[in-house]
Amino acid sequence: MINSLFLINPSGEIFLEKHWKSVVSRSVCDYFLEAKEKALEPEDVPPVIHTPHHYLISIYRDKLFFLSVIQTEVPPLFVIEFLHRVAEMIQDYFGECSETVVKDHMVMVYELLEEMLDNGFPLATESNVLKEMIRPPTILRSVVNTLTGTSNVGDTFPTGQLSTIPWRRAGVRYTNNEAYFDVVEEIDAILDQSGTTVFAEIQGVVEACVKLSGMPDLTLSFMNPRLLDDVSFHPCVRYKLWESERVLSFIPPDGNFTLMTYHVNAQNLVAIPVYVKQSISFFECGSDGRLDVTVGPKQTMGKTVEGVMVTVHLPKTILSINLTATQGSYTYDNGTKLLVWDIGKLNPQKLPNLRGSLSLQAGAPKPEENPSLNIDLNIQQLAISGLKVNRLDMFGEKYKPFKGVKYITKAGKFQVRT
Amino acid sequence: MLSMSTNNLSYNDQGGSDSAVEVGQETTPTSSNAGAGFGLFSTNFKKNDDLKEMLESNKDSLKLDAMKRIIALIAKGKNASELFPAVVKNVASKNIELKKLVYVYLVRYAEEQQDLALLSISTFQRALKDPNQLIRASALRVLSSIRVPIIVPIMMLAIKEAASDMSPYVRKTSAHAIQKLYSLDPDQKEHLIEVIDKLLKDKSTLVAGSVVMAFEEVCPDRIDLIHKNYRKLCNLLVDVEEWGQVVIITMLTRYARTQFTSPWKEDGLFEENSETAFYESDEKKTKNGDEKKSYMMDPDHRLLLRNTKPLLQSRNTAVVVSVAQLYWHLAPKHEVGVITKSLVRLLRSHREVQYVVLQNIATMSIQRKGMFEPYMKSFYVRSTDATHIKSLKLEILTSLANEANISTILREFQTYVKSQDKQFAAGTIQAIGRCATNISEVTDTCLQGLVLLLSNRDETVVAESVVVIKKLLQTQPTQHSDIIKHMAKLFDNIAVPMARASILWLMGEYCERVPQIAPDVLRKMAKSFTSEEDIVKLQTVNLAAKLYLTNSKQTKLLTQYILNLGKYDQNYDIRDRTRFIRQLIVPNEKSGALGKYARRILLAPKPAPVLESTYKDRDRYQLGTLSHTINTKASGYLELSDWPAVAPDQSVRNVEVIEPVKEWAPSLGKTGKSKLSKSSDDKFYSDSGEEKEKGSGSSSSDDSSSSSEESSSEAESDEEKSSSQSSEESDKSSSQSEKSSSESDSEQKKTTKKPPQKKTVKPTAKDSDSDENGNVAKETSSSSAEETSSGSESGSDADSHSGTERKKKTKSKAKPKMEVKSTKEVSLLKEVSLLDLDDFTPTPVTRPKMSVLSPSLLGDLEGLSLSNISSTIQVSGPAFVPEKSHDLLHRMTGKGLSAQYQFPRQPCLYQPTMVSVQISLTNTTDHPLEQIHIGDRDPTGLDMHCFNAIECLLPEASVTVSLGVDFNDSTQAANFQLCTKEDQFSVSIQPAVGELFLPATMTEQDFRKEQGKLLGMNESSATITMAAENTTRQPISRQVATVANLGVVPSGQDNIHRFAGKTASSGALVLVTVELRELSAALITINTEKSVMGPMLLRDLKRALAWA
Repeated sequence: MINSLFLINPSGEIFLEKHWKSVVSRSVCDYFLEAKEKALEPEDVPPVIHTPHHYLISIYRDKLFFLSVIQTEVPPLFVIEFLHRVAEMIQDYFGECSETVVKDHMVMVYELLEEMLDNGFPLATESNVLKEMIRPPTILRSVVNTLTGTSNVGDTFPTGQLSTIPWRRAGVRYTNNEAYFDVVEEIDAILDQSGTTVFAEIQGVVEACVKLSGMPDLTLSFMNPRLLDDVSFHPCVRYKLWESERVLSFIPPDGNFTLMTYHVNAQNLVAIPVYVKQSISFFECGSDGRLDVTVGPKQTMGKTVEGVMVTVHLPKTILSINLTATQGSYTYDNGTKLLVWDIGKLNPQKLPNLRGSLSLQAGAPKPEENPSLNIDLNIQQLAISGLKVNRLDMFGEKYKPFKGVKYITKAGKFQVRT
Repeated sequence: MLSMSTNNLSYNDQGGSDSAVEVGQETTPTSSNAGAGFGLFSTNFKKNDDLKEMLESNKDSLKLDAMKRIIALIAKGKNASELFPAVVKNVASKNIELKKLVYVYLVRYAEEQQDLALLSISTFQRALKDPNQLIRASALRVLSSIRVPIIVPIMMLAIKEAASDMSPYVRKTSAHAIQKLYSLDPDQKEHLIEVIDKLLKDKSTLVAGSVVMAFEEVCPDRIDLIHKNYRKLCNLLVDVEEWGQVVIITMLTRYARTQFTSPWKEDGLFEENSETAFYESDEKKTKNGDEKKSYMMDPDHRLLLRNTKPLLQSRNTAVVVSVAQLYWHLAPKHEVGVITKSLVRLLRSHREVQYVVLQNIATMSIQRKGMFEPYMKSFYVRSTDATHIKSLKLEILTSLANEANISTILREFQTYVKSQDKQFAAGTIQAIGRCATNISEVTDTCLQGLVLLLSNRDETVVAESVVVIKKLLQTQPTQHSDIIKHMAKLFDNIAVPMARASILWLMGEYCERVPQIAPDVLRKMAKSFTSEEDIVKLQTVNLAAKLYLTNSKQTKLLTQYILNLGKYDQNYDIRDRTRFIRQLIVPNEKSGALGKYARRILLAPKPAPVLESTYKDRDRYQLGTLSHTINTKASGYLELSDWPAVAPDQSVRNVEVIEPVKEWAPSLGKTGKSKLSKSSDDKFYSDSGEEKEKGSGSSSSDDSSSSSEESSSEAESDEEKSSSQSSEESDKSSSQSEKSSSESDSEQKKTTKKPPQKKTVKPTAKDSDSDENGNVAKETSSSSAEETSSGSESGSDADSHSGTERKKKTKSKAKPKMEVKSTKEVSLLKEVSLLDLDDFTPTPVTRPKMSVLSPSLLGDLEGLSLSNISSTIQVSGPAFVPEKSHDLLHRMTGKGLSAQYQFPRQPCLYQPTMVSVQISLTNTTDHPLEQIHIGDRDPTGLDMHCFNAIECLLPEASVTVSLGVDFNDSTQAANFQLCTKEDQFSVSIQPAVGELFLPATMTEQDFRKEQGKLLGMNESSATITMAAENTTRQPISRQVATVANLGVVPSGQDNIHRFAGKTASSGALVLVTVELRELSAALITINTEKSVMGPMLLRDLKRALAWA
C-alpha cells in the first residue's frame, strides 16, 4: 500500500520523510517536482503521477504537498483520503497544519505517522485513539514534562481501539457536560451576467463539539428531515435508524467532529441571499477599462448578511487599477492580479459599491472574457435551507447536559459570471 | 573521521542527485536541528558523538533527548545509521517512550545494519510473551519490520503464535506481519497461506480488513479460501474500520465476478453504447433464452449488494467509490442508479478526490448517460477549478449531451469558450465538435458557432476551431461549401500552422466544390511556401497535387513551381513527398502503371474521423483502481474476470454443519423486510442481526434460527461436531469446561427426584439429540463458544449476545440450568473464556461498558431482552399492546395539568427489572407550565427511573415521557408526586398484574418441562365456561394477551393453548395453560413460583375469557 510519505513545501524542499516499508530514495520526488514546475498553479499539479517504478499520489493542502509513494495497485482515493487524514491529524494536534508547525514537532509527527500506518496499511486514524497513544502537546503538559521527565506517549492501551466504538475513548469526565452543534450551510451557485441562477445548490454540514462524560448515547432529530437529500455520516451514526426514522442516533466521539454532511433536495429552489450588479468593460480603443460592482441583499430571511467579500482574478494584461469603494476596503496584488474587496456587513439602505478604472498594458488586446466574481458571505443564525434541529436527547447517562445549536449560512463556491 | 565517511557513502546510495546538497547542508555548522548546545560543535560527526554520549548516560531524560534528536534527523532524511550500536543498547529500556523511539529507529535502520540488529531480536522475542497486548503487538510490528533474512524462521514462528493470540489487536498486527514476511521471503508463501486461512476465519472486525489485505498481497488467486468466510465478511463489513472496508469490498468484487452469474443479461438494455456487446447479448439471448428468464440472483450475491449499500453514506470517499465500483461491476443494471447521488456528493470534496471521482464518472457516463444526466449541472465548470478538473468536467458534459439537453450544454460551452484559460477553451471547442457529430440535430448549429469562432482574436481558439470544423465537414461534405469559402477567406489571418494545414487539406479534398477559390489559395501558398512550417508545406504539396489532377489547366505551372521548391527544401520529409508526388502525377516514361491510379490514390474518399472520448476504453480496468486512473496496468493489478457462464457450486459458501441454502434464503428475505420495523442497528450488531430478528420475529422458526446461528459462527461448528458424537460425553466435558459441575449435578438430582417427570423429560432430550443435530451439544458448548464468539466479534454487545444465549438455551434441555444460573455463573463463564485463548477478545473493560450502553440503544430494544440476569427463556416482543390508558392526574385536580399513563409493554430502557410506563402530560391551562418533574415517592425505597424534567409545557401542548418503575413483582401501587414549578400532586400508578410480565418464547417441550417443576403450591387453576366466541386459538390468544403481557408458546394440540412470560423484577417464570374441554368449558392453569401473582392473574384471566 503506501510506501513512503514526503512533505514538500511550495518551493520544492522536502522537509519530512517517512517510510513504512523499504526506504525509497527521495530522488523519486524529482518526477513530482518536474510536474510541479510545469503547472501554473500548485493546484494544477496532477494528483497521480506515473513514474517508471513508482506511482506518486499527492495532495496539496494548506500550502503543503503531501506526496506518497506507491508501488503496487491500490485505489488512489484510499491514499488521497489517508493523506487528508494526515493533514487533519496535524491540524487537530497542533492547531494548524503548516511547515513551521511540522518542523517544530518533527518527532511527534513522525511518531504519529508511525502509529497511523503499519506496513503501509492504516492502523489507527481515529483522533480519539491516536490521542490516547500520543498525547497532544499543551503548554501545561510541556512544562510538566520538562520538570518531571514524563512523556507524551501513552503507556496504556487505547481502549477505543478494541471496543465497538473505536472513535470514543473510555473514561471521559467533564465537570460541565455540554454538547454543541453547528449547522453550517454553504450555497454553491453560479450566476450569469444577468443575475439569473445557472446552478445553485445547498450543502450543509453538522459540526459537533461534544464534551460529555461517560458513554452518552445521543439522538438528534430534525423538524424537517425531508429536506435532506443525500447524507454522509460519521461512522458513529446508526445508519439503520436514519433509514427508518430519520433521526441521528449515535455515541459521539469526544471533542470536535463532523457529525454529518448533507445535500439539500434539489427540487427546492435555493434562496440566493445577495445580488450583484456588475459591469466590467474594456474599451476597444485605448488601453482602458471600467469596473463597477454593487452588492445588495436579496433573500436574506430578515437576517443581516455579514463578512461579504468579493474576489476577482483580473486578466493578466491589466497593468494597474484605480478604484474607490463606498464601503469596506479593497486590496490588489499586482503580481497575482488578485483583487479582493472586503465589504463586511451589508447595509440595505446604503449599498456598497466599488467602481473605477482599469488600465491595460500598452498594446495588449482587449481581454476576451471578463473575469468572474467570487463572493464570500455569511449569515448568522440562519440555515438557508430552513433545516431545523428539533431536539437532542441523551440516554445512557444520568446527568443533564447543556445543549446548544447554532446555524450559519455561508457562501461556498459562489460565482458570478460577467 | 570514519563516521563522517560512512555518512557520506550511504548518502550517495540513498540520495542520488540530492546527495551533494545534503552533505553540504550537514556539514554546515548552523544545521537547524542542532539544539542550543550543538552550536559549539562544528562538524556532524562530533554532533553524533555527543548523541552517543547522551545515549550511553544513565539518565533516561538524556537518552530520550538524544533519541528525539535522532528521530528528527531521520524524519528530515538525514542519515543516522552510524548511531546504531549506541541506540540498539537501549532496546530493553523500561521507559516506554524511549523504547518506542528506539523501535522507530530500529525499523528504519535494521536493514542496513543486519548484524547489529540481531542483537535486539531476543528482546522482541521476550516482548512477544508480554502480558500487555500493546507490547506484544508492537514487538511483533518491529520484529517483522526488521528486514533481515536471517530471522525469517523467528518471524514465521512469531506470526503463527500471534495469529492465535487472544487479543484481536495482536492478531491484526500478525496479519500485517504476513505481508512483511512475504515481501522479505516469498518462499514462505505456503506457510503464510495457512496463517491467512486461519485469520480469515477470525470474527473480529479489527482483523478482517488487515487479513484480507494480506490475502490480496500474498495469494489473491486462492479464492477458495474465501468461500467459507464470504458470508461472514459480508455481515461484518459495516463494522470494519473504513480502510478495511475498502480492501474487503475490492476483494469481494473480484470474488463475486468469479462465483455468480451475470445479472445483466435479463435487463435487455445491456451496455447502451457498445455495439459489440449488444450483438453479443443478442446472440446469447437466442442461445439460451430459457435460461435468461429463469435468472435468479444468488442470495449470496444479493447479500453482498445489500450489505454494502449503507456504506455509500460513509464519510470516507474511498469507501464510497469502492462501493460504487462494486455496484457498477456487480449489480443488475437497474440498480446501479443508487450510486449516482453519492458519487456526485464526492464532487464537493477535496480537489484530488474530485479528480479521481470525475475520472470514474467519465468512464461510467460513456456507457450509461442516464445515470448522471439529472446531475448535469454539478459538472458545470467554475473558473476556479484546476485545469485537469475542468477538462474532466468537460469530458463528462460532452458524454451526457443528448437531444434534450444539448441546447443547455451548448449555452454553457459558450461561456467556456471565452475562458481566459485558453487550453480549456480549446478543449471546449473539441467538445463542441464531439457534440456536433454525436447529435445530428445540432451539427449545423455547432458548425455555425464554430465558424463564428474563426474570427476570434485568440489563435489557439481559431486553430482549434479550424481543426474541428475540418473534422465535422468531413462527416458531411456535400453541403457547406460556403463554410469552406469562408475559411479560405480567413486563411490569410490564421497563423497557427495546424489550422493552416487543415484549411489547405480541406481545399484539396473538396477542391471540386470550390473550383474558383482553390487555385487562388494555391497561388498564395506558392508565394509564401518557403516561410511556412513543415506541416503546412506538406499540405501545400498535397493541395497542388490534387488540383493538378482535377484542374490541371489552371494549376499546372503552379504545381510544378511548388514541386520544385519542395525538391530543395531543408526537410527531407518534404523532399521525399515532393519526389513521390511528382512521380505519381506528372506523366513520364518511368512512372509506369502507377500514374493511372494517381487520381484514385490521392482523391480516394476518406472515412470521417470518429470524435470520441478518451475515456472510451478505460472501462477495461476496474473502476476506482490506480490502473484506471493512469490508464495503464499498474503493477499488482488484478483483472476482474468475466462472469462465469454457469455459476460454480454455491454450496461451497455454506458454512459447515447443516443449513442448506434454501433455508437460508427465506431467512434473508425476512431480514430485509423486518429491517424497518426492527430498526435494528446493524452498524453495531451486524453480526448477530439475523439472530435477533429471528428471536423477535417468531418463535416457531426454530430450525432456521439455529441454522443462521451456525452460519454466523463457524467457530462453534468444530466444537459442536465433536461434542455431538456423544451427548453424555459432551455433557460432562462441557460442564467441566464450564467449571459448573454443580449445575449438572443438580440436573441429575432433579431427574432422579421426580420419577414421573422422567418419562416426559427423557424422550424430549433424546429427540433433541438426534433430530436437531445435537442441540444438547450445542447448548452445552454454546456457553463457552458463545463467550468466545461474542468476544471475537468485538462488535458484539452484551445485549444481543445475551439474547442469543438465551435463545440457544431455550432450544433444548436448557431448563435445568435456569435455576442454577445466576450472575455468578456468568462471571464463571467469563473466567473460563479467559483461558480460551483461541478466539477470545479480552475486553473485560469493554464488557461492562457495553452493558451500560445497551439500554439506551432504543432501536435495538424491540425483541431483545435487556437483562444480564441469565435465564434460559428468551424474552420476546409483546404480542399485543393494549391501547388503554389510565388516568394518573385529572385536569381538575391537577390545576390544568392532566396526565395519563399506559403500559407500552416494552422492556424498560433504564433497567431490565423495571416496567416501563408511558405518561402523557397535557397542559389544559392557558399559561405554560414549567419544571414538570417527579418529586417524593412512596414507598421511599421505590426504585423508579424518572423522566428528565420538562422545562416548559406550553398551553394545549402535550408531551409523552417514559418512566421505569420497579414494582418488585407486586401490584402495590407506585405512589409519587408529580410536581410543577408551583404545585405538587400526589399520584399513583396501579399496575394490573398482567403488566408486570415480559413475554417469553420457548418450545412446547420446554414449557412442559418447566411446568413440571412448578406443581403443587406453585400451581393454581380454575375451570370456567368460556364465552362462545372464545373457542378458537386467535381470540383466546388475544384475550390472554390483553390481560397479561405474555408470549404465545406453540402448541401441538388444538385444544391446549400455552402462554409464557417472566416477571419483570425477579424474572420468575409464569406459565399459563388454557385447555378447552367439551361444552365450552375450559381449564385455566397457571404455574408460577410467585404464589401471590398466580391467583391474581387467574382471576383476571377468568374474567376476560368468560365474559368477553
